[in-house]
Amino acid sequence: MLDVRDLQVHFPVKMSAIQAVGRALVRQIRRGRTDETPVRPVVHAVDGVSFALGPGEILGLVGESGCGKTTTARAVLRLLAPTSGRILFEGTDLASLSEEAMRGIRPRMQIVFQDPHAALNPAMTIGQAIQDPLLIHREVAAAEAKEATFRVMEEVGLSPPEDLFDKYPADLSGGQKQRAVIARAIILRPSLIVADEPVAMLDMSVRARILELLLDLKARHGLTYLFITHDLATAKFVCDRIAIMYLGRIVETGPAAEIFREPKHPYTKALIAAVPVPEPGRPRAQALPRGEVPDAIRPPRGCRFHPRCPVALPTCGWEGRDFVDYLEDRRLNPETARVDETRIGRPTAWTASGLVVHRAARPDLAKLEEAVRSVLALAPAPLREAVTEIDVSAGEVAVRFREPEPLEPRPVAGRSVECLLY
Amino acid sequence: MTDALLSAKGLRVHYHTRRGPVRAVDAVSFDLLPGESLGIVGETGCGKSTLGKAILGLLPPRTKVEGSLRFRGQELVRLAPAAFRRLRGEELALIFQDPMTRLDPLMTIREHFVETLRAHDRKLSEDAAADRAAKVLRSMGIPETRLEHYPHEFSGGMRQRIMIAMAVVLRPKLLVADEPTTSLDVIVEAQILEILEALRRSYGMSLLLITHNLGVVAEVCDRVGVMYAGKLVEIGPIADVFRRPIHPYTQGLLASTIHMGTTELRSIDGMPPSLLAPPPACRFHPRCTFARDVCRAEEPEKVEFRPGHVAACHFGRDFL
Amino acid sequence: MARGHSLLAYAITRLVLAVPMLVVLLTAVFMILRVLPGDPILALWGGRTPPEAVVEDARRELGLDQPPWVQYGSYMTGVFSGRLGTSIGELYRGQSVWAVISDKLPATIELAIGSMIVASLVGIVTGVVAGSRRDTWIDVGIRLYGTIVWVIPIFWLGLIFQLVFGVWLGWLPPHGRWTGTDIPPQVTGLFTVDALLAGDLSRFGKAVAHLVLPCLTLGLVLSGFFTKTVRASMLKTVTADYSEAARARGVPERRVVARHAFRNALVPVVTVLGLQFAILFAGAVLTERTFSIEGIGQLLLNSITSKDMTMIQGVVVVYAAIIVAISLVVDILGAMIDPRIRL
Repeated sequence: MLDVRDLQVHFPVKMSAIQAVGRALVRQIRRGRTDETPVRPVVHAVDGVSFALGPGEILGLVGESGCGKTTTARAVLRLLAPTSGRILFEGTDLASLSEEAMRGIRPRMQIVFQDPHAALNPAMTIGQAIQDPLLIHREVAAAEAKEATFRVMEEVGLSPPEDLFDKYPADLSGGQKQRAVIARAIILRPSLIVADEPVAMLDMSVRARILELLLDLKARHGLTYLFITHDLATAKFVCDRIAIMYLGRIVETGPAAEIFREPKHPYTKALIAAVPVPEPGRPRAQALPRGEVPDAIRPPRGCRFHPRCPVALPTCGWEGRDFVDYLEDRRLNPETARVDETRIGRPTAWTASGLVVHRAARPDLAKLEEAVRSVLALAPAPLREAVTEIDVSAGEVAVRFREPEPLEPRPVAGRSVECLLY
Repeated sequence: MTDALLSAKGLRVHYHTRRGPVRAVDAVSFDLLPGESLGIVGETGCGKSTLGKAILGLLPPRTKVEGSLRFRGQELVRLAPAAFRRLRGEELALIFQDPMTRLDPLMTIREHFVETLRAHDRKLSEDAAADRAAKVLRSMGIPETRLEHYPHEFSGGMRQRIMIAMAVVLRPKLLVADEPTTSLDVIVEAQILEILEALRRSYGMSLLLITHNLGVVAEVCDRVGVMYAGKLVEIGPIADVFRRPIHPYTQGLLASTIHMGTTELRSIDGMPPSLLAPPPACRFHPRCTFARDVCRAEEPEKVEFRPGHVAACHFGRDFL
Repeated sequence: MARGHSLLAYAITRLVLAVPMLVVLLTAVFMILRVLPGDPILALWGGRTPPEAVVEDARRELGLDQPPWVQYGSYMTGVFSGRLGTSIGELYRGQSVWAVISDKLPATIELAIGSMIVASLVGIVTGVVAGSRRDTWIDVGIRLYGTIVWVIPIFWLGLIFQLVFGVWLGWLPPHGRWTGTDIPPQVTGLFTVDALLAGDLSRFGKAVAHLVLPCLTLGLVLSGFFTKTVRASMLKTVTADYSEAARARGVPERRVVARHAFRNALVPVVTVLGLQFAILFAGAVLTERTFSIEGIGQLLLNSITSKDMTMIQGVVVVYAAIIVAISLVVDILGAMIDPRIRL
């Protein structure tokens, strides 16, 4: 029903004209001496995502903030233009469709937003908001539209509809507003609903009922859901299949039950282990991934999770800036920081470009090379073993890393995993 | 319990609004021991954040505070502003939900630290202050080179680490954490909780953790208090409250929480009441499936049903 | 890039970008003045039909017979080499436009800067006090002040000042830029600066004394708007999350207001104040009239009444340059305050 192939969505980084011109100038002046910051930086929000969704299925796109799950959803609905890839919805490729042609498709696919307070126009009554899609997409008489609206309101538990029809969003609770948003989404009887964190903004005691409503509507109308969430517990309960996203890629996808029972990708494992469980006395997650999700402007080479991965291999995509990061880490310890200061230089003295990292113009290159070797000897094994050569020439010491092994989703135990371990 | 670090007795906080007083905290009593971590859970608008602000003396002007709030024997209600200011940061510290907006965007991290340290010790030199900042930042995994950076150059998790570092740089006796991980992702959340735990262990600091996330409380806290509509309806050791809850609201809250083991969805009927005009007697009675006449007529007493496990329900015995 | 350099790099970039901005603005001036209905030559004759030959001569002299792009080319090269043509109006006929403007401009610059100083000082102080003490009697008083001065007509306030301080008390000269003939040796044309350059403090005092009343008049009227802007901005920043967080760390209230609230409040205020400053140059005409100061506000007004096409164009070109300069300063000030907009 929905088949997304190699979807890419890239955004230019927002900056003022002065900043854009200024950075371009600075780049011209210091050519060859800077890092590999691109001229026109681009956020790789979604970078080659493929998934399929069958009728009546609930697929969860799960991941942390900035992983690209919401961008994927918006691209599927063509609320933003994909950079490349195909979005086949009921046989039509939406990726290249004109806005005009999309209008005919839109009644078939609707969205439920995260924030019900923001999703409803405060100047429109609940009834007006719910019947609005009907008036836009179908030529129906006012009385007929109102009748249909009443029916949907009843269906989503906004009753009595006669009383609530003329109420404004401000008079409703968060849960009721979300019901109104759901009513608006289903009034055109779509086949696909994109639910973007539909319960994240609601209180615990209300969440369950909204989820129940969504499941109930699905059963009754044979709806298909693309369910976006950062909450693994909700995903586990609601979804048939899930796709775990990290930095614009799907790292693992398969039946929800399977993945939660035995996650395969190291990131999925970490994610599931980190979820706090309301069970006192349960041992805390051990060995959390270090640091945070890197910048999507320059995603790491190879597997995007490799710098944080507890079980990374030398072939996972180690590159020049991983060495700089390692030097940064060593500065957290006053002891190693002092040693490095004189022997290796500050991390900023090193310039990473692609697979190489180098430091130029030191009188005693041999000593620097020696220091680099001794520091690397103490580095984590995968980083250390990924070094192919330490090159001393042309007045600089350069550390070279090996090319990463190509990465692609592979079938593992009933699901698809993008990891070199398998 | 005379050796409590913080002791609230009948604490009331009433906000002044155009539509009348909002009873955000109503007759709340509890003790917090040195080195202990107490969780306060409840839904939006139950008054849990107000409680945190009351402890730090950060309520807006014209807010009525009554009852008693003693910190190391000193009464905080009606404490002179100048004395309260000195306590803040030095003995009492607060970290907030949204680290993205809590740092001044126009100041470097170094300036933040220097300002904080010198607010409590005017004779401290700027360099000495920066040294202390570097040390505590390092212990949170942030290299000191980043002292000169501005807040917008850090990620959310980093900013929360910086907020925590600033909160504990003077070794306060009590850290109030108001939803410290709510806006963070689970992995970063786990990292931050680990830092809070480590701080508590190494400094012997007490922690008052305010959150709606029962999972977080279960991982971090020794005891937990449950707030509903301005009232502390139940408080007790974490294992008792989670495994054998007494108050029907606590039962409902635990049952409706969706967690990794959830197999069926449950919820509490109705909506939390407005604090402008809360229901009389037991505030939970309109939503309580066990409510009887007495619940609508009389406010339930707080009863210690088990050692240290107190709840305010007329029929608490039935749920033992 | 090193941190300290990012502000410098921003300033340099901004300076470089001022050139295309000026070109665009000047092009707009050219187009608007040409597109405007009415023939400048015919307008000079005021309804009467001039002889054909006279019109032809005038057209040739002004270059109006050339194709538009040639006119544009000579206009731009003229502007950038400081040749703005000669006046065709009755008042200054035959005189160099640039000479006339450079004779009047210093008076307006002194008035505008002086008024800006008054307005900013009064506006920022009252705005900060009111914004940090919301709903107290002092806040109410300041809000009242802001509203009242905002609606006072300039000529009325100027008249009162002239009567009270100039005539009754006799403390300050009631009008003009200078009394007597001993004006300071001309370097910049700004009497205050020229007096200082000559090292003559008594003449500096005299120049300032002449500025006090007009600057006070214009500055106070403008300060009402500044008060409101700064207060509104302060209301947000005093209760902002970072201010609350600073209080929670025990930072004294005075410092929270001065450091966190005030500096953050300035971010949006600087842009608004800069805009007002630009408007001040054009809007100073009422004050110039009231205090008999011969500035370019008066000059523009006179040129319009006498239909002096070249003079109007010259003054507007100068305004364009001033606006470009002010927006340059505003942007750099903004980047000095706010690290996020630097490079």
